[in-house]
Amino acid sequence: MKEKFALKDFVKKHSSIAILLAIVIVAVLPLIFKTSQTRILCRILMYVTLAGSLNLINGYSGQTCLGQAGFFAVGAYTTAILITRFHISFWPLLLLSGIMAALIGVLIALPILRMKGIYLSMVTLGASEIIRTIALNWQSVTGGAFGIKNITRPQIFGLTIDTPQKFAWLFLIVACIFLFVSKRVLSSRIGRAWMAIREGELAAASLGVEVAKYKILNFAYGAFWAGIAGSIYAPYLRYIDSSAFTLDEGFNILSMIVIGGQGTLAGPIVGAVVVNLLTEALRAISNWRYVVYAGLLIFMMWKRPRGLVGENSQVTMVTGEKSIKKNRRKGAVK
Amino acid sequence: MSEVLRTDHLSIQFGGLKAVNDVSFQVNEGETFGIIGPNGAGKTTLFNMCSGIYKPTSGDVYLCGEKITGMHPENICNKGLCRTFQSSQLFAFMSVLENVKVGCHIGTRTGFKDAIMRNKRYKQDEEFAYEKSLEIIEKVGLKKYIDTKAGNLSYGIQRKVEIARALATDPKILLLDEPAAGMNPNETADLMDFVNLLHLEHQTVLLIEHDMKFVMNSCKRILVLNFGQKICEGTPEEVRNNKDVQEAYFGSGMVTKGVC
Repeated sequence: MKEKFALKDFVKKHSSIAILLAIVIVAVLPLIFKTSQTRILCRILMYVTLAGSLNLINGYSGQTCLGQAGFFAVGAYTTAILITRFHISFWPLLLLSGIMAALIGVLIALPILRMKGIYLSMVTLGASEIIRTIALNWQSVTGGAFGIKNITRPQIFGLTIDTPQKFAWLFLIVACIFLFVSKRVLSSRIGRAWMAIREGELAAASLGVEVAKYKILNFAYGAFWAGIAGSIYAPYLRYIDSSAFTLDEGFNILSMIVIGGQGTLAGPIVGAVVVNLLTEALRAISNWRYVVYAGLLIFMMWKRPRGLVGENSQVTMVTGEKSIKKNRRKGAVK
Repeated sequence: MSEVLRTDHLSIQFGGLKAVNDVSFQVNEGETFGIIGPNGAGKTTLFNMCSGIYKPTSGDVYLCGEKITGMHPENICNKGLCRTFQSSQLFAFMSVLENVKVGCHIGTRTGFKDAIMRNKRYKQDEEFAYEKSLEIIEKVGLKKYIDTKAGNLSYGIQRKVEIARALATDPKILLLDEPAAGMNPNETADLMDFVNLLHLEHQTVLLIEHDMKFVMNSCKRILVLNFGQKICEGTPEEVRNNKDVQEAYFGSGMVTKGVC
């Protein structure tokens, strides 16, 4: 117990060193891991960006988007189509995929400006399904049910990124950029405006926050990073088809941020790790694992509604508050 | 003394109910103006029309001579009218400092690029927001709660945070909707001092309040509403002696008996 607290203090005092250390450790992992383990690491790192992007919409501006798989699909298809047809280099496409997804995000955000809660979620859910259905049926462009094969692997300085090991590093770099940029955006006036909208739209508007503008910006920003994640996903698997972007995928991403903790940057990281490791651990029971997820989600809602690292949760709670809570409970018993 | 806020024959109708009917009043610069009336008189509805949350059925609202009828709340706030709410609308999961910083939103211009690059504009904006918020929080006397999450504060202090947040927008006129509701007598007295301080600083304030002592002490002029209609406007003295006002509050029986 004592050691654990010492570690906690260290992390608090030297946060930048701790973060750097964590990045280095993760960067070294692909060198030690077997290929199958590196693949899992790749998934986890991809979901750090993907779940993180959803967290920016759901957790920070409180807009309960369920259609992140749609933005993911837009990014993946943009890269896959342009790379196989026009042989454009991967790196500009990475950015372009993000921008495409952001544009779709704006398009979806426009009609939902007047909606709240469950209605908003239903529209985003529908939009995600529409994107998938288009991908499934627009044979001439997306290859329909056959998908897109032989997506060229990206190259940098004459080096082809082809092994899971190299992709793990690519995913790690992108995840780090994502977290770095998001941290900066969130600690600025834009982030405060998003959080104000989450806490109370009317109050935010009364304080001069342009609610419509910031909601659109928020969707565009969240969708942008989902598009980026999709853009790397396509050459990573070398093959994509619409079945990878179903609603199940959307809920998978959602479960990560709910389990990890919405409204914190660390939440989706923890969520991505927990859910992906759980997926691997429960491979043996195949589809029954969804039952476990459902159970876990309900348990989280019940016991820790703000997620594993959510504010006020016991994991990150400072010791003082913890003891206060304990005492309170004792008092209640008396 | 120039006018800051003026309504011109303002009315709003919800179905068959005329919630506010033909109300005209004018608030001058540096004035503390009160609106009182029994429950359901349409006071908050009037506020909602002034701040752009409701669109009036007829009539107009002018802020410093400029017509603001039917504008969005954020634009009205940008023009210099800021309000608080009757039921506390704090950003509960943000700290007091962050709450007030949101009030600095219209005073700052940081965009995505500035935030990501942390350039000069970002630094200037953040410094401005921080110092201004700190100054206002100190003025309201909430320094010790600066890092507390707003949702964890007591009701009376939450109301003060809300006022601080509104002040951060540098309003030409501040609309307070029942600021003393839910406060204990000490807190109310504190708040009264604070409103008087604002008056000394030439801040124009329009407030709705049920605490008569508060209103009669702080406001130089008072508007009385009943069933959506203006029944009286004048100094506290005039309002106190007005027969219609007495009837609205105590019933006509009491007034004719001469109890009041």
